[in-house]
Amino acid sequence: MKIAVCIKRTPDSESRFKIAGSGSTIDESGLKFDMDDFASYAVEVALQLNEKQGPGETVAVAVGPDSVQETLRKAMSMGADRAIHLKTDAAPFDGVAVAKALAAELKTGGFDLILFGKYAFDTSASVVGTATAELLGVPCVTAASKLDIAGGRGTARREIEGAGEIVEFPLPATVTIDEGIARPRYPSLKGIMAAKKKPLESKPAQLGPIRVTVKSMELPAERPPGRIIGQGAAAVPELVRLLQDEAKVL
Amino acid sequence: MANVLVFAESRGTDLRKVALEAVTAGRALAEKIGGGEVHVVLAGPPGIGAKAAQLGQYGADVVLVCEHAGLARYAREAIAATVAERARAGYRAVLLPFSAQGRDLGPRVAAKLDAPIASDIIELSAAGESITVKHPGYANKVIITLALSGSPVVLSLRPAAFTPKENARSARSESIAPAADPGAERVVVKEIIEGAKGKLDLGEAPVIVSGGRGLRAPENFKLIEELAAAFGNAAVGATRAVTDEGWRPHSDQIGQTGRQVSPQLYVAVGISGAIQHLAGMRTSKTIVAINKDPEAPIFKVADYGVVGDVFEIVPALTTAVREAKKGH
Repeated sequence: MKIAVCIKRTPDSESRFKIAGSGSTIDESGLKFDMDDFASYAVEVALQLNEKQGPGETVAVAVGPDSVQETLRKAMSMGADRAIHLKTDAAPFDGVAVAKALAAELKTGGFDLILFGKYAFDTSASVVGTATAELLGVPCVTAASKLDIAGGRGTARREIEGAGEIVEFPLPATVTIDEGIARPRYPSLKGIMAAKKKPLESKPAQLGPIRVTVKSMELPAERPPGRIIGQGAAAVPELVRLLQDEAKVL
Repeated sequence: MANVLVFAESRGTDLRKVALEAVTAGRALAEKIGGGEVHVVLAGPPGIGAKAAQLGQYGADVVLVCEHAGLARYAREAIAATVAERARAGYRAVLLPFSAQGRDLGPRVAAKLDAPIASDIIELSAAGESITVKHPGYANKVIITLALSGSPVVLSLRPAAFTPKENARSARSESIAPAADPGAERVVVKEIIEGAKGKLDLGEAPVIVSGGRGLRAPENFKLIEELAAAFGNAAVGATRAVTDEGWRPHSDQIGQTGRQVSPQLYVAVGISGAIQHLAGMRTSKTIVAINKDPEAPIFKVADYGVVGDVFEIVPALTTAVREAKKGH
């Protein structure tokens, strides 16, 4: 199968964040950036599908500044065959604009399957994958926690509130990938060496007008410092009293 | 004067609470942009139209009822086509919930309309030509204020961030047809695997009782379930460590890569409070922590911490909560 997997470069999610002096971005100094977690599951799913099903091609695609090339190399060191960089000045927060750039690139690629993470850690918006599918006019399954492909059709499981949903769909299609579907592999030394020689094509992203812009960023209000009210089961009556009289939640 | 379009989420012939939240937010937005009308798309199987009056109570002026046997389940393509077609009639904004369904629907509608979209909104304001929203990014660690230009805009609201408020209007009902045949969906739902009957969703439950590795074994989650049952309005959550071990289903995971919740009360049992977990629950109104280690980071965010053996404290708390509930 010919599979495109659209990935993003995001800061390490365990980091402590500070807001930059401009007030409208995070302070990137000292942060570690890598492939977004959900994107890495999508890469792993793509590689496993092509390994299982015989000859195919996995193409990693990313929209963003030059720094995303490092993330595309990582995808190739995991096993992707080639990469496409759609260049922008900064990573845009306008999901539909990013989807337009991706759709413009992917529409002529002849892909059987286009994979995304279900969302990216930084924007946490869950927009780009679905909007890209819509612009391409292909079926889209969001937040798949299982995915099987056979005979030109896909079957996926997705989690909805209080239930799981099993869906079937024809290819070509777009699927956004949830956590838990596959454990992303670490690039081998051989993979890292091979990735240096794999083709990485860079061209300007066709974003169109940007209509969603960041006005400001702030850190959430700190919670009041925690308080230990007692030890063991003896503290339960006091806890219940506080839940009733102070917090008024019981 | 501009109108606002709201998508009222339903399952079967039941409205979901997020539908009332979206109508309430739609009403407030309509007032801010000059007192336009709130129109609501209510789509579902025959019988769903009976819920129109309830939407009127929360501020709908017009309820566009789309009844079709093929809409008993979420028909993503038909619903997206129907909402987008209606939105083309000229609205300032299209509002929907950032639920499992809404996360799927919002970007489809935005792409069809070539409209800007903001997701997971916790605050909504309008000034002049611009609509501004607050949205937690970076796993709730950074609050991002976004400005959206153009009209319409698609706005997807975090469940439970907007409290439903009655604001009765005499809603007119109008019947509309789906803009695409629900029988022609390319993505076909083959099966719904229901969770436990009557189980509250983590995004909607006023109380969440959550368990971590401190429970030591999957069977000990019955302590958590009993405490949740004593509250009567509680859902059960878990940490990533627990869902990775397979003690609880993946869908129960609260944290950075799982569900992000803000209930009225969050009870953390045997949870140390790793950053990954805190990112999913630190916006809860009141946090209770029960843990044997007084140095556990969860106590830094807990309004009420109790140090000690969870196997002793939780059953005592369950009994006390049951008693307190009886007194009401």
